[in-house]
Amino acid sequence: MTAATIAVPRPRRRSLGAARYWLAAAVLAGVSVALSDRLPEWMVEYPRAWRMPIESSISSAMKWLINDANFGLFTFQEFTRSISWCFNWLLQAAYGLLAHGFTIGKGEEAILIPHVSWIALIAVLVLFARRVGDRGLAVFVAFCFAYLVVFGQWASAMVTLASIVISVPFGVAAGLLVGIAAYRKPWVERAVTPVLDLMQTVPVFAYLVPILFLFGFGPVAAMIATMIYAAPPMVRLTVLALRGVPEEIKEYGRMAGCSQRQHMWKVMVPAAKSGLLVGLNQVVMLSLNMVIIASMIGAGGLGFDVLHALRRLAIGEGLEAGIAITLLAIALDRLSQAAATVPPPAHGTVRSGSWLMRNRLAVAAVVLLALSMAAGAVIPFVADYPESLTITTGKFWDHVVEWLNINLYDTITVVKTWLLVNIMLPIKGFMVALPWPVLLGILAFAGWRLGGWRLALLPLALGAFILLTGNWEKAMITVYLCGLSVVIAALIGIPLGIWAVANRRRTRATLTVIDTLQTLPSFVYLIPVIMLFSVGDFSAMIAVVAYALAPAVRYTIHGLNQVPEHLVEAGRAQGCSRAQMLWKVRLPLAMPEIMLGLNQTIMMALSMLVITALVGTRDLGQEVFSALAKADTGKGIVAGLCVAFIAITADRLIQAWSRRRKAQLGIA
Amino acid sequence: MNGPVKLACRGVWKLFGDHAERVLAETSGKPDSEALAAAGVIGAVRDATLEVHEGEIFIIMGLSGSGKSTLVRCLSRLIEPTAGEVLFEGRDLLKADERELMDIRRHKMGMVFQHFALLPHLSVLGNVAFPLEIQGVDRATREARAAEMIELVGLKGREDYYPRELSGGQQQRVGIARSLAVGPDIWFLDEPFSALDPLIRREMQDEFLRLQSVLKKTIVFITHDFDEAIRLADRIAIMQDGAIIQTGTPEEVVTRPATSYVAEFTRDVPRAKVVSAGVLARPGTPGPVVVPASARIGEVAAKVFDEEQPVGVADAEGTPVGVLHRQDVLDILLGREPRR
Ligand SMILES: Nc1ncnc2c1ncn2[C@@H]1O[C@H](COP(=O)(O)OP(=O)(O)OP(=O)(O)O)[C@@H](O)[C@H]1O
Ligand SMILES: [Mg+2]
Repeated sequence: MTAATIAVPRPRRRSLGAARYWLAAAVLAGVSVALSDRLPEWMVEYPRAWRMPIESSISSAMKWLINDANFGLFTFQEFTRSISWCFNWLLQAAYGLLAHGFTIGKGEEAILIPHVSWIALIAVLVLFARRVGDRGLAVFVAFCFAYLVVFGQWASAMVTLASIVISVPFGVAAGLLVGIAAYRKPWVERAVTPVLDLMQTVPVFAYLVPILFLFGFGPVAAMIATMIYAAPPMVRLTVLALRGVPEEIKEYGRMAGCSQRQHMWKVMVPAAKSGLLVGLNQVVMLSLNMVIIASMIGAGGLGFDVLHALRRLAIGEGLEAGIAITLLAIALDRLSQAAATVPPPAHGTVRSGSWLMRNRLAVAAVVLLALSMAAGAVIPFVADYPESLTITTGKFWDHVVEWLNINLYDTITVVKTWLLVNIMLPIKGFMVALPWPVLLGILAFAGWRLGGWRLALLPLALGAFILLTGNWEKAMITVYLCGLSVVIAALIGIPLGIWAVANRRRTRATLTVIDTLQTLPSFVYLIPVIMLFSVGDFSAMIAVVAYALAPAVRYTIHGLNQVPEHLVEAGRAQGCSRAQMLWKVRLPLAMPEIMLGLNQTIMMALSMLVITALVGTRDLGQEVFSALAKADTGKGIVAGLCVAFIAITADRLIQAWSRRRKAQLGIA
Repeated sequence: MNGPVKLACRGVWKLFGDHAERVLAETSGKPDSEALAAAGVIGAVRDATLEVHEGEIFIIMGLSGSGKSTLVRCLSRLIEPTAGEVLFEGRDLLKADERELMDIRRHKMGMVFQHFALLPHLSVLGNVAFPLEIQGVDRATREARAAEMIELVGLKGREDYYPRELSGGQQQRVGIARSLAVGPDIWFLDEPFSALDPLIRREMQDEFLRLQSVLKKTIVFITHDFDEAIRLADRIAIMQDGAIIQTGTPEEVVTRPATSYVAEFTRDVPRAKVVSAGVLARPGTPGPVVVPASARIGEVAAKVFDEEQPVGVADAEGTPVGVLHRQDVLDILLGREPRR
């Protein structure tokens, strides 16, 4: 008990010490902004003459690749074209199966074999759901896909699904192979880790630009982007899962005399299966997210419907497609999670015998789907749900929006304007006016205090890149929008987390809602925001806050729940009131974890920020977005890297702080 | 003891830490504890030398962290010793290349692990057949052999079960069956029964002795439980802080501890369980009852006191070597050192 009592933190002096630095930084920033007129010009605005033509170098390098690069036997362009051709072939097959059917022959005699029947596909999915999960899951899956049918979203959803069906296996296989190599060879891991870090912080649009450039506008480019985007978590989870295999099992494999390959494929991979399946779930979800976003470079399907509707401000239509995406996302998530957590087999459940016997359910499903195609050729209803029976609520939503605009427009505008004028614009002005040497100095000092000279160099180097490429002002606008959104997300998320840990039921309910929100593709968040607030900085901020709220809540819950019980008891024994308990014991101890949540919030905010470029912001996101529109590779990559660098700086500083604080509190 | 040497190691060191090789080089191969500590290196195994004879149960015993697992992994070359040599059937194991090593492990070595290390995705049958599958034995042959092994360890009828459906004791039986499936020449067991309840442990020890009486393998068995060691061992090596401090029969270790550390260990061991009749035999004329020299005093004490005439002792060939005196037996039963 005494040890516990001592460990309850009362870091008066130390926190004052830290506060002193905060204060000094704030004063320095304030004074430098106030005096910015008197400072030399170059400090306030980084001179054009000092820039480096990084963008144009990248662009010309890309041009060279496309036009002149030659590997001897074939040119680079032939290389990309053949990749395109392969993927296109696969993709067309999947589209044919799921969405369009196949046409055999030409002209008059052409025979159309219809696509897989919606009835059969739903039946197979529901049966699969029942096999890997409980009845609730089966009902839910039936409901989701019934929505797609009844609301006339089936055709688009199948196009989206076809892209996923093709890109997921490639993403998983690539992630698995790279992960295995990284697990085996330390140098591969050392090489791959920073690349993965970068890939996960570079905003998704930035991927699209070079791919668009290399592979052209269209579904194939979109699919390649999807695979590249979805593979990194698979790599990480593969390494983690393989590391997690018990040491004794690894040793057993070697003692049994396995060759390298046998050891990996017969021992390690099966033993790591549950961890690897978590990776599969991640790949599925990220692929869905990306397939939706990639509608900007020509992926059809639900994402295109949303984008198309948003561009015309046809909110009702957009909302229906958005709900379809949402349901598809949740259904795929639940299905793949259930598949990942299927308990290992029990005796008597696995039939031995021929391949056919062991896989009879899968075979039956394939036969059913094939038969349904034949049946569809005879009975149109089996192939396509008749259009006359679909419902649409588009009109209704349009009316709702109209009503909102008539009745709430003034109120919303007043609030919006007040916030813009009194809070958002001043902060924006401050960030833009802040002399760059001052900000970099503060960051470097923070880095030095938290992690030594390496961490001090990081913001300097990354900041230098942003300066040299002439993106400083846009970066500051990004920081302002992101920072403000994160603060608001924290102000909502942390109290929500505190509220949720009060009892178990609340915790579970909150976590369920958050999990669901997190499975939604980021695109979907834009729909209601545009519906209510139309376009601009304010809408962007709301969308970012909504998207980035989840980790703030989650990590608060996690942090508070993880405060060691004996410390809480020690506090109680010293007679803390409930409020004291929260403020003096639990929150300080949970703070490192909560900060990690904020870190996640920042990452999510940055990734969303780029997507909100669609609603007209003026930050780096807009840079990336407009680069995409113009297929300007250099600009897109550079702006994307700038966003990534902001993310990396924030990430490393916060991680260092959290680690240090945990060590001080002895809860590492 | 009697058979030829099957497995031996000489001057084996295993140091964990960044400067392991350098420390060894600087101290000309014999760093002391201070040198190791100063270099921030952990001496998991220090200068271990031992010989395991064919057909014997050789037990390595020591407290947690004394380096038993590390030593046995050096012997099977699961980890690379920092220095020293390991001779398996007279061949230097450390010089064997990947292929040879794979071959030796496939056909000549078996290992049982503390936490069983069964493959969760395979049934009992699949697990036991696994080492044969690795060698490319066809399905029918390997499953027949696996079924045989499963029957041997008393799990017949559970072939289709999966590891998580079995109790700890049953899982370890699978581990044992699996390690025996290839008919290994040497059998490593790393604390095979430590994760089991005392009652099950006892049962498994009996099972183990039964198996050994049939199979006559060369065995390296690790335990931290001294009772287990004296129950099973032909010979024991005692480890402390990475070094082997004594090697001998249970009787030698108990009656002539090499260091106070060993003495401390063996203090509570009932002498009657380790001292053999041969040691106490004195010249005299035996009565009709004769016991073997290898019998433990605990096993024969009742006879000594029940018989009217002195109980005789005979060696393995049946030649009489003397008789047992009641006073000597009583001393042993009371835990006193044997008088000579
Ligand atoms: N991979 C490693 N890296 C660093 N130190 C290690 C490593 N493996 C073992 N050690 C250290 O070597 C020493 C001996 O460990 P070992 O596992 O051989 O002990 P043991 O006698 O088997 O103990 P137990 O009864 O707990 O299994 C311990 O101090 C351990 O911390
Ligand atoms: Mg051990």
